[in-house]
Amino acid sequence: MTSYHLDHLQLLETEAIHIMREVAGEFERPALLFSGGKDSICLLRLAEKAFRPAELPLPLLNVDTGHHFPELNEFRDRRARQLGARLIVRTVEEAIARGLAQPAAGEISRNRLQIPTLLAAIEEFRFDCCIGGARRDEEKARAKERFFSFRDSFGQWDPKNQRPEIWNLYNGRLNPGENMRVFPLSNWTEMDVWEYIRRERLEVPSIYFSHQRRCVRRGGQWLPANELVPPKPNEEVRDLIVRVRTIGDIISTGCVESPAATVDDIIAEIAAARVTERGSRADDRASEAAMEDRKKAGYF
Amino acid sequence: MAPVSRIPVPVDILRFNTCGSVDDGKSTLIGRLLYDSKSLMEDQLEALERSADITGGGQINLANLTDGLRAEREQGITIDVAYRYFATPRRKFIIADTPGHVQYTRNMVTGASTANLSVVLVDARHGVIEQSRRHTAIASLLRIPHLVVAVNKMDLVGWSEARFLEIRAQFEEFLPRLAIKDVKFIPLSALTGDNVVTASPHTPWYSGPTLLGHLESVHIASDWNLDGFRLPVQWVNRPNSPTDAALHDFRGFSGQIAGGIVRTGQKVLALPAGMMSTVKQLWTYDGPVAEAFCPQSVTVVLADDIDLSRGSMLIGLDHPPGAATDLQARLCWMHPRPLQAGKKYLLKHTTHTVQCLVTDIVSKLDVASLEGREAPSGLAMNDLGEVRLKTARPLVFDGYETNRLTGSFILIEPGTNATVAAGMLLPPRETVKPESADYVI
Ligand SMILES: Nc1nc2c(ncn2[C@@H]2O[C@H](COP(=O)(O)OP(=O)(O)O)[C@@H](O)[C@H]2O)c(=O)[nH]1
Repeated sequence: MTSYHLDHLQLLETEAIHIMREVAGEFERPALLFSGGKDSICLLRLAEKAFRPAELPLPLLNVDTGHHFPELNEFRDRRARQLGARLIVRTVEEAIARGLAQPAAGEISRNRLQIPTLLAAIEEFRFDCCIGGARRDEEKARAKERFFSFRDSFGQWDPKNQRPEIWNLYNGRLNPGENMRVFPLSNWTEMDVWEYIRRERLEVPSIYFSHQRRCVRRGGQWLPANELVPPKPNEEVRDLIVRVRTIGDIISTGCVESPAATVDDIIAEIAAARVTERGSRADDRASEAAMEDRKKAGYF
Repeated sequence: MAPVSRIPVPVDILRFNTCGSVDDGKSTLIGRLLYDSKSLMEDQLEALERSADITGGGQINLANLTDGLRAEREQGITIDVAYRYFATPRRKFIIADTPGHVQYTRNMVTGASTANLSVVLVDARHGVIEQSRRHTAIASLLRIPHLVVAVNKMDLVGWSEARFLEIRAQFEEFLPRLAIKDVKFIPLSALTGDNVVTASPHTPWYSGPTLLGHLESVHIASDWNLDGFRLPVQWVNRPNSPTDAALHDFRGFSGQIAGGIVRTGQKVLALPAGMMSTVKQLWTYDGPVAEAFCPQSVTVVLADDIDLSRGSMLIGLDHPPGAATDLQARLCWMHPRPLQAGKKYLLKHTTHTVQCLVTDIVSKLDVASLEGREAPSGLAMNDLGEVRLKTARPLVFDGYETNRLTGSFILIEPGTNATVAAGMLLPPRETVKPESADYVI
């Protein structure tokens, strides 16, 4: 019986560590995008595995939209301190004040405004590479994303001009002003991320676990009730036992009703969600999305 | 909530790619694997069911699952490969889905470069065609250890055993000329699902596994090379800890083991510096280990104070590699601007990027037979060829056939930085001789 065997998490881990070290070896001024979300929590552990006992050879960078869950920012700052890492935070607010980002009239979402804020930070610190936690299983369009994703001097991604990636040989060469995004978790699924969090006993922000929260029904989802977009009189508001599955801004992050209180519970929940016959929930969402479409059609 | 112990964790990862010509049923097969193994996420299923109601009269079209790619291809977006994921209690699977017959060689080389296994689809009505030979030959060239010939659309030939055996015989005619040792033939129907995930009642004459059954059980543990220790140095680990006595003098060489096994106390040779030392410690975040093996990532601390940098290689004393500046290799050309002999490129091999010159194009390979043809003046996109190269600094390498990690390289065009070729090195003419101290190169 041979012991020269790596299980799936160990294989994903060694692949990701290899990519992290390629970044340290090939780029002059890399940064790691750290939001405090579950994927970037895994990235940080992988960075520790890649670079300890030395200091992390790259700072952490976060774009704060101003609409973050407070739990998330608290976690982000604490984790960076624990690691002795340098944390750079650039805010959308500040980018607006400096004229780098322009909200459209009535635009509340900060999704679009994150982009110029990030690009300005990249320019300010002359970062040539940003490591991010995106995974290919997140959506169809990501399935073809590279580990090393090239951005031109305007920060743009040109899907017609991607470099082929063969074996584990990544081409990190850049001309001045160009930039690379690197995604070490490309081959990880949501399940892998949680299994890794369990194996490594990683702390995650409390909002991933079941908690009571006042939610508002909007666009077929339960969103956290918040001051930024207060519930309208015709919107249903309820106190629910929920958790979040992915973390975005507080005005757009869907909460799922769930009793999952531990990482084990979450893993069981994800496993069950995959094998359950398509129940009422999926139909529910489809019809609600259709309803939403009608509402939009009527509105415009 | 189900108790956690009831959810088995996959034991390893199998990477495979699928190839077939248009309409052989590739998309349907991938869709079937994902659907029948219950690996689809809710939004994917929703979309599938909705499109079935709208356009399919209630019939689910499994090929729609991978349709994003097709649409993008029509818009002219370059997609050489898209990756899909699913897991069973036995294994996690990564599918490299390579579309497009136009760019096929380039795409397949990209998708197959990291594969343990290739699935070659054959339409049972058409049998072995030119494309089947090409795909199988490329799989062989890339040294993919395992091959599955999926004889698809068996429902359209009346589940005929005779037809299946005939196709199998057609394959077996040219397989002996190739390097693939493990080949499995499976009669199936991607459309109906027979022999994909569940055994078919229509093929009582077939006693082998279903496709998924085979993917779950094919033995891949020995696909990694455990024979000669190789550690390409990626990064030198030197903590800045003037006050911490334990770390003050720490200097480690970090990398992913590209071959073999390493143990503390073992003698290693650093190339190209040509210096011998002993492994003092194998450092990992989870604590020091007594031994480590390919493809683990480690940090090696040596007994002697040797100054190595990224691009150096630590090797064991058995199974020595070659070290040379004159190299011979097979290339797959991947760029619209053709290769011209005499042009300078950058060559990235392991963690080492050097200047190189393609001195000769020895031959162009016929993709179907892998036999050399006349010496051409250039190689165009999707061409395979054998070339001679000269590098500005020596490469420490193995033949691709013995080690896919230390035998492969890419060529990068200076200026544009485009990745223009994938290369597979032929075995070294002579190897480094550590024992005779004749290793300073
Ligand atoms: N009868 C039958 N039709 C099939 C089978 N597999 C695929 N098809 C059909 O063949 C056509 C081409 O399949 P598709 O998956 O799109 O092929 P691709 O071009 O290789 O991806 C579609 O109409 C499929 O429904 C099969 O096993 N039996």
